[in-house]
Amino acid sequence: MVTGKGGTGKTSVAAALALGLAAGGRRTLLVEVEGRQGIAQLFDTEPLPYEERHLADVPGGGEVRALAVDAEEALLEYLDMFYKLGAAGRALRKFGAIDFATTIAPGLRDVLLTGKVKEATTRTAGQRRVYDAVVLDAPPTGRIGRFLNVTAETARLAKVGPIKTQSEGVSALLRSPMTAVHVVTLLEEMPVQETIDAIAELTSFGFPVGRVIVNAARPPLPAGRVVSQAELRRGLIAAGLPADRDTVAGLYAEAQDQTIRRELEDSLRADLVELGLPLIELPLLPEGVDRAGLDRLAEALVRAD
Amino acid sequence: MPSEDAAPQLDVDQILADPGVRIVVCCGAGGVGKTTTAAALALRAAEQHGRRTVVLTIDPARRLAQSLGLTELDNTPRQVKGIDVEASGGELHAMMLDMKRTFDDVVLQHTDRAKAAEIFANPFYQAMSSTFAGTQEYMAMEKLGQLHARGEWDLIVVDTPPSRSALDFLDAPARLSRFLDGRMLRLLLAPARTGGRSMFSLVTASFGMFSKVVQKVLGAQLLTDLSGFVAALDSMFGGFRQRAEQTYRILQARETAFLLVAAPEPDAVREAAYFAGRLRAERMPLAGLVLNRVHRPAAPDLDAAESLAAAARLADLGGHEATEEVLRAHAALVQQARREQRVAQRFTEEFPAVPAVSVTAQPADVHDVDGLRTIGAAISRA
Repeated sequence: MVTGKGGTGKTSVAAALALGLAAGGRRTLLVEVEGRQGIAQLFDTEPLPYEERHLADVPGGGEVRALAVDAEEALLEYLDMFYKLGAAGRALRKFGAIDFATTIAPGLRDVLLTGKVKEATTRTAGQRRVYDAVVLDAPPTGRIGRFLNVTAETARLAKVGPIKTQSEGVSALLRSPMTAVHVVTLLEEMPVQETIDAIAELTSFGFPVGRVIVNAARPPLPAGRVVSQAELRRGLIAAGLPADRDTVAGLYAEAQDQTIRRELEDSLRADLVELGLPLIELPLLPEGVDRAGLDRLAEALVRAD
Repeated sequence: MPSEDAAPQLDVDQILADPGVRIVVCCGAGGVGKTTTAAALALRAAEQHGRRTVVLTIDPARRLAQSLGLTELDNTPRQVKGIDVEASGGELHAMMLDMKRTFDDVVLQHTDRAKAAEIFANPFYQAMSSTFAGTQEYMAMEKLGQLHARGEWDLIVVDTPPSRSALDFLDAPARLSRFLDGRMLRLLLAPARTGGRSMFSLVTASFGMFSKVVQKVLGAQLLTDLSGFVAALDSMFGGFRQRAEQTYRILQARETAFLLVAAPEPDAVREAAYFAGRLRAERMPLAGLVLNRVHRPAAPDLDAAESLAAAARLADLGGHEATEEVLRAHAALVQQARREQRVAQRFTEEFPAVPAVSVTAQPADVHDVDGLRTIGAAISRA
């Protein structure tokens, strides 16, 4: 499970993790559940259907597949499995009944989504699991606790029946050592605060928190290196660059902003370290997130393991 | 910056000063500084333009909330003290949306106490008022409608909920009101009555079975609770829809200005473009784009390659480590600025007529009134 505040790059990190875990000829499934088509946009492909599709090859014979889970489709699939709806199921969809059913019971939607993830995770072919790992681009930190805590949500409404059984199965898997919830953050105040809050919530619900992943990180500030304008001017002249007042003043202002920024980052990093969880820092990709960039992130993630 | 080259410059002051503009809605993806932008604009409207302003925030960062004096979530506007309104005569009030309490208030307004107590006790109502997908968006609209109806504000600035997609803000109220007075709900709760009269026998047949399936899957108790909830709310259905429609019309009116808030990241810009298209389709007044967190080198004449080459020369020379580091940081900044420019261009190419303004990234996060004032000035280019 990969969560994080909106804008921290959790989809990129989830994709990189799926690529990384597919190294060495393994097969992984990258799943999204929010209908954003974030994976398709990231890999610049057609929108993903509710169907497992080949997404990317990984050197060494590995493969990443992708799936966009749709709650309505998942409900139909689920009903069909238990009640054999057939054509009646399609009629229900036309009538809006499926939309109704997935919104009628808070939590039902989430049970269906996580239920599909469970199915993919535990699916076997012969004696072997179909996927070596399933990576979920999960809802953001503000909603992750409620999303994963399916039993509590459905138990409020469904006291018996298959939904209850289903959510208990999902709940057991999500709290088992097979699951890890990774939290992606930036070294900015609000994402860090939300990371700390989400980890407290996840822990209180009994979900295994994996790693804190700092995205777009810069190395910590070297101690005490503060530059003066005079020093800058000397440096620029030594490098054969123009050392006019505007250039010196401009670079000096940039350096000051950097110092403020980095001091804040260092203090936020210290807050994260205090959580006592493994911390991974992923480099900022100045040219944006393309496949080469994702491979770099994948390598950094796997190396950290 | 691209927004300056291609798009007309957004003049926020003109909007904030216009007495005809009574509502400013800030919308955009999560994590782009929407709440901060809303608060900064509201402060500016009060301090610079003398307007009696209220800002409705949804989920502000703790320290930002504290800086506005929002220490508790009490669902009513509180005046923000310690701001500079002596010259302008404006006022700033701030409030944080309490979704459940707003819902409770709506129920109370439409029914008597005994019935309301019955509704509040219903587990379905409890679940729906706190977790139903869309309730937050719906209640934000409801609160906006209330603030507007009272007529005591010159300007209402609204921050929209951190939806998974910015569009939920427009869709959710319709979805919820459809749900509340939907025929699906009525059919489900009274299948016998409608069954005989329906002309669509396949649908009716499916529906009877569907109802049975729902009973099986969700359990009979849920249907009983739901039935009680619907019966209790029955008298309010019309009111719910009417209010949602009213607010919708206000949002289409000339007194409203939508501001898209984005950061120069692909996701946020894509979301903004999507939202711009949607506002156009709904005939809602889009005033412009605020592009936050734009990086701007302070030494623009020195390009990235030159800067990196110079840093390499200094590394060979030795003794200029600090300058070397500044030059590398400058190169990264120039590259980032160029990348952001390309990303932002995607919006301006699609919506060349939408005015835009770029706001330079602040070195540190904003969580006091001074910081908000700085942001407000940056958005206004003052």
